[in-house]
Amino acid sequence: MEAAPILHKKTMTLKTLRFKVDPYSADRTTRLKISGLSAIVAILASSGLFLLVGANPIQAFSSMFTGAFGNWEYWSVGEFYQLSETLVKMIPVLLTTLAVLTAFRMRFWNIGADGQFAMGAVAATGIALFSKSWFPSLPDWFVLPLMFIAGMLAGALYASISAFLKLKFGVNEIISTLMLNYVAILLAEYLYFGPWQDPQGMGFPGTAQFELFARMPRLFGRVHPGLIFGLVVALLLWIWLDRTPQGFEVKMTGLNPQAARYAGVNLVRNTLLVMLVSGAIAGLAGMSEVSGLAYRLQQGVLAGYGNTAIIVAWLSRLRVGPAVIVSFLISALLVSGEQVQISLGLPAAIALVLQGLILFVFLIGDFFTRFRISRVQLTTKQEQM
Amino acid sequence: METVLVISGILAIALRSATALLYTILGEIIAERSGVMNLGLEGMLLSSAMIAFAAAYHSESLGLGVLAAVLMSAFLAAIFAGLTIFFQADQVLTGLVLFIFGSGLSSFLGQRLGPGGATLVGLAGPKFSRIPIPILSEIPILGDLFFNQDIFLYALYFIIPVCGFILYRTRLGLNLRAVGENPITSDTLGLRAQLTRFLAVVAGGAFVGLGGAQIALSYSPGWTDGMTSGRGWIAFALVIFSTWDPGRAVLGAILFGGISALQFRLQAIGLAVPSAVLRMLPYIFTLVTLILISSPRFLKRAGIPAGLGRNFIRGGEKN
Repeated sequence: MEAAPILHKKTMTLKTLRFKVDPYSADRTTRLKISGLSAIVAILASSGLFLLVGANPIQAFSSMFTGAFGNWEYWSVGEFYQLSETLVKMIPVLLTTLAVLTAFRMRFWNIGADGQFAMGAVAATGIALFSKSWFPSLPDWFVLPLMFIAGMLAGALYASISAFLKLKFGVNEIISTLMLNYVAILLAEYLYFGPWQDPQGMGFPGTAQFELFARMPRLFGRVHPGLIFGLVVALLLWIWLDRTPQGFEVKMTGLNPQAARYAGVNLVRNTLLVMLVSGAIAGLAGMSEVSGLAYRLQQGVLAGYGNTAIIVAWLSRLRVGPAVIVSFLISALLVSGEQVQISLGLPAAIALVLQGLILFVFLIGDFFTRFRISRVQLTTKQEQM
Repeated sequence: METVLVISGILAIALRSATALLYTILGEIIAERSGVMNLGLEGMLLSSAMIAFAAAYHSESLGLGVLAAVLMSAFLAAIFAGLTIFFQADQVLTGLVLFIFGSGLSSFLGQRLGPGGATLVGLAGPKFSRIPIPILSEIPILGDLFFNQDIFLYALYFIIPVCGFILYRTRLGLNLRAVGENPITSDTLGLRAQLTRFLAVVAGGAFVGLGGAQIALSYSPGWTDGMTSGRGWIAFALVIFSTWDPGRAVLGAILFGGISALQFRLQAIGLAVPSAVLRMLPYIFTLVTLILISSPRFLKRAGIPAGLGRNFIRGGEKN
């Protein structure tokens, strides 16, 4: 008989390093630290990009700064052209940001600010071009207020379509607002290429220039009263969203619709209200762009601020105060691209690449405010034959 | 007979303009079936079209152009996937950032990648020509329509059924759909939800790259800024129109291609339907479809992935 072979049982310990991810909510200081770190990484990444395309980063940053804000040479002679251009750009960015911010507070993903903007611009243009021929006795001073109301109303009604579709049929608002963007922008295109085209424009894609009574006065440079609208709307929104019970209801609905309903919040009314306000603000942006800056509805007026607005709203964490500051900074970035083109000979599109790059960094940074990564050592005992 | 010729002429243009759209739609269907909604299609399409032309121009090789486009688009998709899947960034937000980044990148590089750092605009490079398939292209009307086209369309004749087969008839497809329906359960069952999603998004990106290559190397050879003219956004809408099904995607793409072809035709015969109004139709169609399919019961039957747009991270389950 053969003896059964003796098997030596050996125990092996396997040590593996694993990363464990736990959700948490960072406190204020951690958030600040992460934001600061993200900013540093973003600057480094942008410098890397400049090096990659063969530009001196310091020179590039300084020319971007000059492009957006000017420099001592300009300031010392009282020239603030660059700064005023940044403010001009900031007007639509700020207003559309406030528009989407309002809807996002309720977790209503209105990415249709572009469409509401376009409808506001179309309605205001309609009043500017035709109100006098419809009502010859209309006093001149009454046209601008009428455009103001029409722009807001058009934006509000257009936004309410998506709210209605969501409430009535459960249509996803991301998609419905996105689809309605195209419809609105194409409608505007149809109008300025078609029935509203400037008869004296020799095929120019745009309406006739507005009469003087339909133009808003300039404050300084090309800055128009839209800036004041933006700041006033910001103040009103801050009061409404952060200082009234209804604002609290909106926020609560966003965070937990079920709980809000049990607490007696009228979801239908609030959703409609929020979207009406959101659309009205975007419509106001469209109105001020045509009557304050372009003086006509034309190709390029509807430049798609909606996407930028969403990003600004996110960067400012849906808070009104920071939204004003971030709008200003993003506008500066957008304007500075042109200066880079002039002084460094790089295509202006680099501003978009930079914007994307910076946002990627901040998106990663945000992860660390929501999740804690810890290393864990897993010890598994394995029996080996 | 003349009417038939007119219609087949319209359809031929429709198919040509539907090709890139179909690749993009397929790419997005793959990603969305795994539960990830990538809004950055337009940015990927723009960048891949730009790099396809640049690579083909400098290497004088169409194959390298297509390869570059696929790699570029897959790379952008990988950035998106990394951010949303591993870094838990919001999908809508990241998609929009990807669009901004991609359109900036294509515009920037397109103005620099020409000979001696100049622009690519106005250059003529190699392009795919139409290849008539012997015998089949001799079939009256239909032959010219379906078998006298570019290689991108021929490839689709295989890719679409294969996609459908993989999605519905293989374990791979089942896993993909399971992750899209419920990542938490799938992951618990050992499907590695995050990895599956990552691979799905990158594979989808590669398809979008083929679409970009078709635009720059076949449909309208060359490069101009913004040359994809919003096809990425249209594709996003048509994914919903097609209710996440590769077969129905064909219908959506041809419908849209048909509308753009009809537009030329109507202008040619001087009919006064404004092009802007025609171009609105796909969006309105999509919206109406959406209203019809949005009842929760129908959506489930129609195939909307239940986990669409919702991020998942192992250990981070909140619900």
